Amino acid sequence: MTDAAITFDRVTKAFGTVRAVDEVSFDLPRGALVTLLGPSGCGKTTTLRLVAGLELPTEGRITIEGRDVTRLAAAERRIAMVFQSYALFPHMNVLENVAYGLVVNGARKAAAETDALAMLKTLGLEGLGQRLPSELSGGQQQRVAVARALVLRPQVLLFDEPLSNLDARLRRRVREDIRDLQKRLGLSVVYVTHDQQEALAVSDLVCVMRAGKIAQMGTPNELYEDPADSFIADFMGEANVLDGEVLGPDRIALGGVALATRMRAHPAGPAQLAVRPESITLLAEGEGLPGRIQRAAFLGQTREYEVETAVGTLFVVAPAAAPAFAGGEAVRCRMERVIPLRPPRG
Amino acid sequence: MGALTLGRAALLCAALGMLLLPWHGLEGGPAELAAWPGGTAAPLVALLLSGARWWLWPVALLLVITAPPLLRGRAPGGLLVATGAGIILWTLAMGEAIGLRGLDWHWLAPLLGAPPPQPSLGWGALFVLVGATGLFASGLAARGAFGADAFVAFLVAGSAFLLLLFVFGPLFTILSAAVYEGDRFAPGALVARVTAPEAWSLACLATHEGCGVVWNTLLLATLTAVLSTMIGLFFALLAVRGGVRAAPLFRAMTILPLITPPFVVAMALIVLFGRTGIVTTFMWDWFDIPRSRWIYGLPGVLLAQVLAQAPIAFLLLDGALRAISPSLEEASATMGARRFTIFRTVTWPLLKPALAAAFLLGFVESLADFGNPLVLGGDFDVLSTRIFFAIAGARHDPGRAAALALLLLALTFGAFALQALWLGRRRYTTVTGKGDSGIPAPLPAGLKLTCGLVVWPWMLFTAAVYGVILVGGFVHDIGRGDMSFTWRHILTAFEVEWRDGFALRGSAWDSLLTTIEVAAIAAPITAFLGILLAWLIARQDFRGRRTLEFMTMLSFAIPGTVVGVSYVMAFNVPPIELTGTALILILCFVFRNLPVGVRGGLAALAQIDRSLDEASATMGAGAVDTLRRVVLPLMRPAIITALAFSFVHAMTAVSAVIFLVSARHNLATVYIVGRVEAGEMALAIAYSTVLIFIMLAVVLGIEKGVGRARLGRRAAPASPGLRNAPAAAPVRAGA
Repeated sequence: MTDAAITFDRVTKAFGTVRAVDEVSFDLPRGALVTLLGPSGCGKTTTLRLVAGLELPTEGRITIEGRDVTRLAAAERRIAMVFQSYALFPHMNVLENVAYGLVVNGARKAAAETDALAMLKTLGLEGLGQRLPSELSGGQQQRVAVARALVLRPQVLLFDEPLSNLDARLRRRVREDIRDLQKRLGLSVVYVTHDQQEALAVSDLVCVMRAGKIAQMGTPNELYEDPADSFIADFMGEANVLDGEVLGPDRIALGGVALATRMRAHPAGPAQLAVRPESITLLAEGEGLPGRIQRAAFLGQTREYEVETAVGTLFVVAPAAAPAFAGGEAVRCRMERVIPLRPPRG
Repeated sequence: MGALTLGRAALLCAALGMLLLPWHGLEGGPAELAAWPGGTAAPLVALLLSGARWWLWPVALLLVITAPPLLRGRAPGGLLVATGAGIILWTLAMGEAIGLRGLDWHWLAPLLGAPPPQPSLGWGALFVLVGATGLFASGLAARGAFGADAFVAFLVAGSAFLLLLFVFGPLFTILSAAVYEGDRFAPGALVARVTAPEAWSLACLATHEGCGVVWNTLLLATLTAVLSTMIGLFFALLAVRGGVRAAPLFRAMTILPLITPPFVVAMALIVLFGRTGIVTTFMWDWFDIPRSRWIYGLPGVLLAQVLAQAPIAFLLLDGALRAISPSLEEASATMGARRFTIFRTVTWPLLKPALAAAFLLGFVESLADFGNPLVLGGDFDVLSTRIFFAIAGARHDPGRAAALALLLLALTFGAFALQALWLGRRRYTTVTGKGDSGIPAPLPAGLKLTCGLVVWPWMLFTAAVYGVILVGGFVHDIGRGDMSFTWRHILTAFEVEWRDGFALRGSAWDSLLTTIEVAAIAAPITAFLGILLAWLIARQDFRGRRTLEFMTMLSFAIPGTVVGVSYVMAFNVPPIELTGTALILILCFVFRNLPVGVRGGLAALAQIDRSLDEASATMGAGAVDTLRRVVLPLMRPAIITALAFSFVHAMTAVSAVIFLVSARHNLATVYIVGRVEAGEMALAIAYSTVLIFIMLAVVLGIEKGVGRARLGRRAAPASPGLRNAPAAAPVRAGA
């Protein structure tokens, strides 16, 4: 057996003529939390449903823990899923909901309820067993859905946008809870989201999808610091994408101005360069790309600027402690770090 | 369920049918079983070995070749599909080819020679056919269809087979009957029949002769549709915008058509306006208006149909009018429009789709109505009654009946096609999820007056009609104005005697008990099958899903008379001989009312998020568990509603079953029509009253039950209550 919890081997899912998932291959390591990230319609949810067995692939092969599950229905795979809507059964109370999977898999009712109670306790839901789902808060419903999935001791746990129905404050706490639980129990988790912050915060690995294909897969750090192309650079957080030239190691030219910076190795010549807003330092004078402040905003922890330069308007985020500039002032932009991009694939 | 499990179960079922059960129907009842395994009770294997049914050897061989792989634990998809389909087709084809008179498909004579007569199929054949369907389905599942779920595959294949057999088969029979002249194939006869002057003559324009029956039917349907839509609209305007306190009464009135057998209104009209009717006599006594038979013919039928249809039009328009967001009208008012301008430019255009729906409904109901024209038509014939007399009248002519049935079918489908064309292009969403706190614009004063002038007299009229029905059963002779109280009619119909033990002596008991029994058997089957089909259509992805949905809904559009004629023609002779049995009544009800169950189920499923099914599947529940533990409990209100509807529809149906009843299995409605024709009006009215009360009890009781079920949880799907349900499933092609 390999170390992969889930393997996709050139998996395609077509709906009519639309290829929602297009020849996707990957290995997801065991015990890791992997997020599928991408804009809506990129195929991330379809990929998750292919893992779950809620869709069967048009072509290709899927294995879970070394077992070929390509043609197996959802019920025959050892997975569990937490739905975006939670999908709690409204006619059953919390305990019955959590015990459901055990009961339909043939467990005695009493044994199933003992297990379910233990799982409710693990998730801090003691005493809520007799409530109906409609009598719980959003966060509690979410935890019931997780309990219901975990009680089956699945080989893989799947989350479909689990935070989208929670308010912003609760989101951060719940995502940390999910991450803690995953680490504590050593679960293999696949997690779908369209929110890149959420993905960066919880994942061991992030898999960015676009138009049914994997655009890039890597650790959150790799994706943020070293995106493969302008799509990823833009999707993983804001970036100024500029046309410039690579002169040599750590040497670039923007708008005819030669600048020193830090960057990964890239052949010399014209290139697209991505610069994160926080990688630009504004100086009153000195070496840097000349520009003029167009707009300035104070946000408390940071200041945001729009700076007009020869290569276009730059979006800059500076710590509040740095010297402040007002609209109309002339500045120099020092590029602390740039990311040379490959052109987008496809 | 896996393909192999289903395949093995199907093999077992088919083997049972072939080896043990009598292949042919037991016409002489269970007594014939004494001869088993020989005689008329012989199983197929005995018939094959004795050489009596040598042409059925392929059935046995196909079954045998599926056994080795299935027993060894393999489910070879292609083989199972082919053998399953082969067994079904061969069994049915041979059943058609060789009938009671020996060979019927004469072109097969060189191959089959002169085989002995072959009676209809029985229990053994049924088991073999069910088994073959199972083999077919397990083969499909093994090939990966239906999400590899054999249970779903079996449900789809089984229901498709049943629909083909009991909806399409009879239609096909009627079509072929129309092109035969006696035993001779004569396509020319079809042309002659559907273009006959009987149908299309325009003589009435120039002379005193009657016009063609198609023109009569169209005229009646159009008038009924226009009048009932208009009256329904006046009621709705007054109820929603008129600020009248009687609005709840209007809505209560809409339950009446549901529980009234279609011809009961016609009887009441005769009592009121017939030659010796109450009103007629009053007019003669006080105003010297001569007695006449004006009620028999177009005016009477029209009046009866509008009485039945107007409340349903009201139901549709009431809903549509209430759904129009008042803020639209307020917006119009803020832009300076006056009351009448608002009504003309905003309210009226938004109502148009509902008006069209109400019109179509009235039109189609009128086309399909059989009871009222039969009782009140006089010389004014419409297609449905003409079809009946072509079968049941002195000149028994199935070919002519079939051709007329095709004409009626064409008119009905034409109406539906027009609606689809028209509605396909305009649909206004006036109910949004946003809160809406506007106040609806009041009616312009002139319009309110007009509405009142129509609505109140019509209410009075309806009250008079139902008053006659209520009173008529309990007075000596309401038809001649003898209004002294009596139990006589009720006793004639429902007398119970305790001398020498318990005995039901009343003349109506037989038909009433049969009706309740048949309705009580048909209703759960209808509800269950309908909900299952809805689940398949809404929740399973498979090729042919749209086709299945269309097949299910088709029987909705077929007028009852056509169904009746087609059942008589299709199931009167082997291979499937059902006429004269209670089974044919049950089957007829099940497949006619199926769309009601399917529609209700689809509406309920639309409220239940699909992720619930998926959650159940990801937790390891198969389709059976998911259905039983999640879907069906959540659909309980829809199931109960479907049960009630199919029960009530089965109790009030006339048009289809009048062809199918027999001396042993008579139904209440048919019995009542018989009493009307025999002139025993009081008895008929008394019986109708009893029927109406039984159905009222069922409907109200179930409505109460559903109401309570809905209180149980907050997240439950909002399923329409019984009173609103006709709006969801209104088109009954001829009760």
